[in-house]
Amino acid sequence: MSSETQKILSTDGIPLEESLKKAEKKNKIKAFLLVTPLLLFLIITYIVPIADMFSRSIDDKMVTNMLPKTYKAMEQWDGKELPPEEVFEAFYLDYKILVKNKTAGKLQTQLNYEKNGFKSVLKKLARKQKKFEEGNYKEQIMKVHKRWRNVEYWRAIKRRAPAYTYSKYLKGVDMYSNEDGKIVQVSEDRRIHRILWSRTLEVAFFVTLFCFLMAYPIAHLLATLPMKYSNLLMICVLLPFWTSLLVRTASWMILLQQQGIVNDFFVWIGLVADDNRPEMMYNKTGTYVAMTQILLPFMVLPLYSVMKTISPSLMRAGKSLGATPVVAFFKVYFPLTIPGIGAGCLLVFILAIGYYITPALVGGASGTLISNQIAYHMKSTLDWSFASAMGLMLLTGVLVIYWIYNKLVGVDNIKLG
Amino acid sequence: MSKKEDFVKFDKVDKSYDGKVLVVKDLNLDIKEGEFVTMLGPSGSGKTTCLMMLAGFETPTNGEIYLDNNPISNIPPHKRGIGMVFQNYALFPHMTVFENLAFPLRVRKISKEDIEKKVDKALAMVSLSEFGNRMPGQLSGGQQQRVAVARALVFDPSVVLMDEPLGALDKNLRESMQYEIKHIHESIGVTVVYVTHDQGEALTMSNRIAVFNDGKVQQLSSPDKLYEEPVNSFVAEFIGENNTFAGEISDISNGSCKVKLDKGEIIANPISVKSVGEKTTVSIRPERALIDPKDKMDNNQKGKIEEIIYHGDHTRVRLNLLGNSEFILKVPNSSQNLDIKLGNEIDIGWNSRDARALDPK
Repeated sequence: MSSETQKILSTDGIPLEESLKKAEKKNKIKAFLLVTPLLLFLIITYIVPIADMFSRSIDDKMVTNMLPKTYKAMEQWDGKELPPEEVFEAFYLDYKILVKNKTAGKLQTQLNYEKNGFKSVLKKLARKQKKFEEGNYKEQIMKVHKRWRNVEYWRAIKRRAPAYTYSKYLKGVDMYSNEDGKIVQVSEDRRIHRILWSRTLEVAFFVTLFCFLMAYPIAHLLATLPMKYSNLLMICVLLPFWTSLLVRTASWMILLQQQGIVNDFFVWIGLVADDNRPEMMYNKTGTYVAMTQILLPFMVLPLYSVMKTISPSLMRAGKSLGATPVVAFFKVYFPLTIPGIGAGCLLVFILAIGYYITPALVGGASGTLISNQIAYHMKSTLDWSFASAMGLMLLTGVLVIYWIYNKLVGVDNIKLG
Repeated sequence: MSKKEDFVKFDKVDKSYDGKVLVVKDLNLDIKEGEFVTMLGPSGSGKTTCLMMLAGFETPTNGEIYLDNNPISNIPPHKRGIGMVFQNYALFPHMTVFENLAFPLRVRKISKEDIEKKVDKALAMVSLSEFGNRMPGQLSGGQQQRVAVARALVFDPSVVLMDEPLGALDKNLRESMQYEIKHIHESIGVTVVYVTHDQGEALTMSNRIAVFNDGKVQQLSSPDKLYEEPVNSFVAEFIGENNTFAGEISDISNGSCKVKLDKGEIIANPISVKSVGEKTTVSIRPERALIDPKDKMDNNQKGKIEEIIYHGDHTRVRLNLLGNSEFILKVPNSSQNLDIKLGNEIDIGWNSRDARALDPK
């Protein structure tokens, strides 16, 4: 029997497979058109900004574009001794244009990042070069400042030759590539980012843990109480959720300050002396308390939605089969809530790791997180490429956590509602 | 070993949830060891509450429950050693079938080899030996049910409770499961307390049936007695089909009585009536009334056929008889040519001992 005769035909003689495809084509197009707006929205608001952030974080074209002739001339230079005359000449010509266009300041700043003290050397050169004569630029430049005789300054220029750099990422973990091109750590007293990273992870971890410990009984109550009580409890959970984040953080400031209600209460019950009120704000304690309260609903809701689906007869079955309530809980109930625990922990952890407003307001110096550092570079130093690099590192961290979670629990097991 | 007479004993048990309404009233019930007792009743009659009290998930408001002569009201469920099959099976969805069955054994700290032996035996008993590694979600409803039964039996409990275990199955499967559970009970001799609202199920499976209504046991007897000799009109109504006549006793003597109806008079068997003038409801099973009776019967009436419903193996005929237009007859589907046509008047006869004069409704 040939395969031709085996093919099933529809009533009008077209092979069934083809006519099925034809009939479903319209639906497929319709379905695609329906999701197109969302797809475009995602691309515009999510994919494009991330791509832009990435290119910004590795972009180092500014210096490259400012000194085109210099870098062309430097291609032949091995960087061991002072560069030849052509490099000096090319640099002189490039720099002249920059000074003329009044953009030399940017170059000075950028090169100063590479080598401390470069700025003053370049400023002096800008003043003196007007009187330069044609020819033998090497001598003339070296005469302006003795540092031009130091090969390290020329190496610093050469290091900025590539149009792309990963130096911002190194800076994000307190490292840099030194004059010899080796990646080394910055001196110990300047390692601030690593402290912030570890603090961010620590805060996110403990906030997740506190949220879990508090949310589990709440969610269990919500799922098991009779309707009229559980509705009230649900409102208690959701009411803060609906309140503005700023308002909630501000109210924690009122509660936690040294003359605040919590401290007053502690003094009143005699827990602490009036002249020795503990500081509960502008440090890590404040960050923990406020963030746990603010992120609690994100843990309660996924847990609740999972617990709601667990039939009470399962616990009864466990008990009737001879398990004590504790054993029945850990062998029967708890394993069934793992999808909710996973979803809640992932949600809270990811939100906590990038939390900004609350640590900024109640965190003080010892309670700020990496997000505050990113904001600082966005708003104050205007080092956007560094801010982008750190933002991407944060995003990568979140993705890694997601990946680990997927390996351990399985993303398919997540239940959000 | 002789069977203990009152292995499970409910002694004057009351149960109220809200302090206003008694769900179970003054319940007394003795169950023999190895017996299959069904609690049968409409929903809200208190049968499930009784089961939950026995399992330990509810406490009696008053009275005491004894298991093997020990009061158990203060014993928590996990120490009672009572197996239970739940309405929705309550299999642990995150465990395999094997783990589900091993659960009661593991919490009892039984050795691994013994667990494997017992689980294999239990799975073989419900013919699911091949399914040990499946998850409950991968099984059909009937298979899940069998796993639930096996799990309730695997740790050799003295009593197994079943709370409407077959309610979610389709009709054919339900019937085959009824036989299967009955056979399992017969082969291992465990005491079973079974709750259902399906009288067919109760009649098929049980040694004895306790008919519940309104928080009380209306009658506790074997299935045949329950059907043939209901003690009150609720039981007569609830179990099987039933034709009723409401009337008044006009004469009572020598184990028979005359009941005066609105139209005419019938002779009946006095069950719960004692004196002339009492109101009564007379109950007659449809299959006990015959068309054109050949033998002499002490009740003979004429009825008009109002409706004929074909049921395959039998035909149901609705008659208007003595002012009752809901009188049902069951006529076996034989080649015998009876004069059953709509509108025909036919002769109907029944014996007075099958017409039971019960309490008035």
